[in-house]
Amino acid sequence: MTVYARPGAEGSVVSYESRYDHYIGGRYVPPAKGQYFENPTPITGQTFCEVARGTSEDVDAAVDAGWKAFATWGKTSPTERANILNKIADRIEENLEAIAVAECYENGKAVRECLAADIPLAADHFRYFAGALRAQEGGISELDGDTVAYHYHEPLGVVGQIIPWNFPILMAVWKLAPALAAGNCVVLKPAEQTPASIHLLLSFIEDLIPPGVLNIVNGFGIEAGAPLASHPRIRKIAFTGETTTGRLIMQYASENLIPVTLELGGKSPNVFFEDVAREKDAFYDKALEGFAFFALNQGEVCTCPSRALIASSIYDGFIADGLDRVAKVKQGNPLDTDTMIGAQASNDQLEKILSYIDIGKQEGAELLTGGERVDLGGDLSGGYYVQPTVFKGQNRMRVFQEEIFGPVVSVTTFDGFDEAIEIANDTLYGLGAGVWSRDGAQLYRAGRAIEAGRVWSNTYHQYPAHAAFGGYKQSGIGRENHKMMLDHYQQTKNLLVSYAEGPMGFF
Amino acid sequence: MTESTNPATIERVALTEAAADLIRQLVAAHGPVMFHQSGGCCDGSAPMCYPKGMFRTGQQDVLLEELAIDGVDEPAPFYMSASQYALWKHTHITVDVVQGRGSGFSLEAPEGKRFLIRSRIFSDDEYRSLVDAGVLTA
Repeated sequence: MTVYARPGAEGSVVSYESRYDHYIGGRYVPPAKGQYFENPTPITGQTFCEVARGTSEDVDAAVDAGWKAFATWGKTSPTERANILNKIADRIEENLEAIAVAECYENGKAVRECLAADIPLAADHFRYFAGALRAQEGGISELDGDTVAYHYHEPLGVVGQIIPWNFPILMAVWKLAPALAAGNCVVLKPAEQTPASIHLLLSFIEDLIPPGVLNIVNGFGIEAGAPLASHPRIRKIAFTGETTTGRLIMQYASENLIPVTLELGGKSPNVFFEDVAREKDAFYDKALEGFAFFALNQGEVCTCPSRALIASSIYDGFIADGLDRVAKVKQGNPLDTDTMIGAQASNDQLEKILSYIDIGKQEGAELLTGGERVDLGGDLSGGYYVQPTVFKGQNRMRVFQEEIFGPVVSVTTFDGFDEAIEIANDTLYGLGAGVWSRDGAQLYRAGRAIEAGRVWSNTYHQYPAHAAFGGYKQSGIGRENHKMMLDHYQQTKNLLVSYAEGPMGFF
Repeated sequence: MTESTNPATIERVALTEAAADLIRQLVAAHGPVMFHQSGGCCDGSAPMCYPKGMFRTGQQDVLLEELAIDGVDEPAPFYMSASQYALWKHTHITVDVVQGRGSGFSLEAPEGKRFLIRSRIFSDDEYRSLVDAGVLTA
């Protein structure tokens, strides 16, 4: 067990600056209007730094810087860009502990997740897109003996990216790596809940990236995010967040006729078929972990398995064992490597979760465990902690239909395959899903029948590069985490070339 | 609770005094406002407040309430997408406000505040009235 010292405290592996400006054109510049906002840690609720409060003037400057850099960056060879991405990955690995502790402190998540998942995955993501880029080829179509169509990949130009707060670094990297690999310049707006950790990452990699290729404008959505999303000189906008803002992003994109990629969340079913409980073996143990995964990252994951569908024939035993497993989820100081569930990212997030627990009770859902805010004592009392919470109820209840984005799972039962699929698909969303069975054919059929972009089968919550991630239905548009994301950041240039000696003969 | 007008006979959306205060403050700074209830991840499952007209509502949106606020000339319409409303229709909602940080493109974020929904289940009588008024199907 290790308890990391808080960033900036004596013995800490990392320190934040007291203030972060915008990063535009390869240097830090103060916000045009001179305003800053406070950045608290959800671990204690105390402010630890202040961050530039950007406005449209800052966004304009960042877009300008991006286009200036694009003149050369857009023409770099894939080799050159891939080498830079690989070097970025190396730097992240060399500084993994510092970046992990910094992310933990800003977001409130358990540091062991940052150490074992978020930051290693971020490094790997850069390597994946470096590799994907090197292996990417255009195409040649022979149209006739004298005529050839060549297809080239070209970057889009300057693109906008709006990043969520639940994985402040990994979600930024999911968007940055393919965009930079493809030769674009980026204006990135971090979430105002987690605006600083991306700057800390930047401090380790800044010298590797040519000025203007990556620009970071901080600020609030209404003041900095909307001007970026609606900017007439961006060529694409990528957003992870919720549906109303997603619609606004599309509205702006329609005005500028630019493409969007959107990841808007879900209400992911986690389906446990009868044969899961046939034996109390390692597989059963694995399935119980899969059930308890709703608490991973405090439930602040777009694919949180927040609906557990359990075969009614095994319900009693499975839920008893599942609750047992949930009881072993250790809650505490996020900087303690033994801690499994940390703090919710903000006070309003905490309040929203508690309001959903309230409506769940009112709707008649049975509270099986949890349901309360947690006071961890000392200065952690100012932090935002919630007990892992399990409801039993019916799928049409609001706690089964709305993304709570907290450590809350709503459990129901099903009889037979068809009812399992019917319940699983009775949702507005289709981002993630889990299915658990010892029968490979059943596993396959369920995975194909569920309307979701990612169906974890006998596993959950793995996010490796090289596996496409994105939503069906209202969960969004596009696929991240995979080389197909390169396409989302590229134009196709077709050169249609005639090698014929004479005229076509029409005129 | 601040009084609110409603196209139906039964109030579907209310405001706490704290929410009404914040709306007054936002209207003074930005002009008339509107709400659209969000779904989905991160800042979702929460109401978004915009300058009126910034968010374009359409055929897939339901107007739940025109929220009248003392001291504000134009009521603030409260919308939700029809697909989401189908899942919410049995609940009365109250817009409240808490200390917060960040909220999509919602107007109140720079104030360090966040609008939040509190809910209660309609009584059988209320629900029947909404059905009778043609606002809901049974």
